[in-house]
Amino acid sequence: MSHSDATTPQAPATVPAAGRIKAVILLAMLGFLLLVPMFLYPIFLMKILCFALFAAGFNLLLGYTGLLSFGHAAFFGGGAYFTAHAVKVWGLSPELGILVGVAGAAGLGLIMGLIAIRRQGIYFAMITLALSQMFFFFCLQAAFTNGEDGIQSVPRGTFLGVLDLSNQINMYYFVLGVFLAGMLAIWRIINSPFGMILKSIRENEARATSLGYTVARYKLAAFVMSAAIAGLAGSVKSLVFQFATLTDVGWQMSGEVILMTLLGGIGTLIGPVIGAGLVVTLQNYLATSPLPVTVITGVVFMVCVLLFRRGLVGEFYASRIGRSLGFKSDS
Amino acid sequence: MTMIFGVPMAALMGQLLIGLINGSFYALLSLGLAVIFGLLRVINFAHGAQYMLGAFVALLLLTWTGVNYWIALILAPLIVGTFGALVERTMLSRLYKLDHLYGLLFTFGLALTIEGTFRYFFGSSGQPYPTPPALAGGVNLGFMFLPIYRGWVIVASLAVCIAVWLLIEKTKLGSYLRAATENPVLVQSFGVNVPLLLTLTYALGASLAAFAGVLAAPIYQVSPLMGTNIIIVVFAVVVVGGMGSILGAIVTGYMLGIAEGLTKVFYPEASNTVIFVIMAIVLILRPAGLFGKDV
Repeated sequence: MSHSDATTPQAPATVPAAGRIKAVILLAMLGFLLLVPMFLYPIFLMKILCFALFAAGFNLLLGYTGLLSFGHAAFFGGGAYFTAHAVKVWGLSPELGILVGVAGAAGLGLIMGLIAIRRQGIYFAMITLALSQMFFFFCLQAAFTNGEDGIQSVPRGTFLGVLDLSNQINMYYFVLGVFLAGMLAIWRIINSPFGMILKSIRENEARATSLGYTVARYKLAAFVMSAAIAGLAGSVKSLVFQFATLTDVGWQMSGEVILMTLLGGIGTLIGPVIGAGLVVTLQNYLATSPLPVTVITGVVFMVCVLLFRRGLVGEFYASRIGRSLGFKSDS
Repeated sequence: MTMIFGVPMAALMGQLLIGLINGSFYALLSLGLAVIFGLLRVINFAHGAQYMLGAFVALLLLTWTGVNYWIALILAPLIVGTFGALVERTMLSRLYKLDHLYGLLFTFGLALTIEGTFRYFFGSSGQPYPTPPALAGGVNLGFMFLPIYRGWVIVASLAVCIAVWLLIEKTKLGSYLRAATENPVLVQSFGVNVPLLLTLTYALGASLAAFAGVLAAPIYQVSPLMGTNIIIVVFAVVVVGGMGSILGAIVTGYMLGIAEGLTKVFYPEASNTVIFVIMAIVLILRPAGLFGKDV
């Protein structure tokens, strides 16, 4: 998504405060994540971590490459199905099962990406939506997914043959480890020369082409990476909840991940994580209310698009306080 | 029994008819999407919700006030069109200067809200809408039995498609619309009220969706979820046709409806996905779509 609306003046000479604040916040969050299972229900926390990773992977594509995929549920749910099948039917260990899920999602991403990158902008969004819907019908009819029932009672197994994941706390730290590894990978990607090229494609595709970059290949690479991370999130989620169902591949899931990213802040590393936390908490809170969650999600969507398109984190970075602290609204 | 290509003639004709009816809805809906996109550059994700609204308005008019099908066929598009105009004026119009993707995201949120609200009040299960008495029953065409209402749907949707095409291609208003599609600033400087044109266009698109919804009410169940399932297929239809041309949207809609119907006869397992497969093939062979110009 191009940032044509980001008319923020250039931040004044970067004040080192931003770097220090970020480091402090990072450490505080890390400490929080390590200690929080003592206070909150671990499954709920693991759900947030899975969705946070999903949203961060999605943001790699939307925020840093400027491609809006409306079909990321296919990778998330695909990863969940592949892992659940590998672990339950083939009897693989959790780490190998996750590997199968990630590889499957990346392969799916390669196929969908090859087709979808042939068109841009709004068409790209519609094509990814249509292709993921096709995958949804595939999952509905394929034998290994068990149709409407999904794959149930997936064993968690023992990680590397040592760590028993059926223990809730062990599982939490395992998920946290995967989440941190995933975030580190994303951070590494966006701060690499490759990530710079992705951003240049987001800002001005024609110019990137004129500088000699094969834009299509970079877009495809970003798409596959994003799909793989989404698949990783889905794989882990299938182990956490011990099932994989059609909910994870439906278009609603693709919409949810867009909302998380939009709410938190497109093109910020931490935004999607915060967005995911908020949305999952909201869903948890509304789960018992008679009002369908989609009413609230829909309204939040409209409000975000109309009023704060930079998202919570993005708006903070772009605000006077954020800028005076030396945050940049981009990257 | 007469056999064609190894399948009974009646089955083939029956599925062709269903395909043609689905095609009628695809054509009406993709026409509305194309009209809106042409001028506003917004992919109207709420199109499915507006289709559902049309069906619901007809149902509520009937159950609450006893207004019959024929009046609902006029009234429901007007009501939904007015609602569309309000949404466009108050909210959607603020997004035109931004990236087009925001329009898609906004209308996606709108669709979720509308559908969620209707699910809250009416539940997820479908409610039947009686076929109007004048169109009940069927005729035997010799090779197949044609329910009159289904024939009417095909005729009505064709008529509306042609009328909209004529409106855009042959009238003064249509010429303004086409000019504004090419260059809105220039058209505005000639004294044409372009913002009003935008509102009217969105209202027209929404009322086309509502019209399709009323037509669909007696065939399918009226349910809050009826719109979403169809809109994703219509997106694929629009990608196949390319949104450059109004006629292209209509023709592709019918073609893909028929293709889907034929798939139900020859390879039923793929009937849900055939349109998406066609979309993928078209994208590989002709990325701009069958009738599109821009990539």
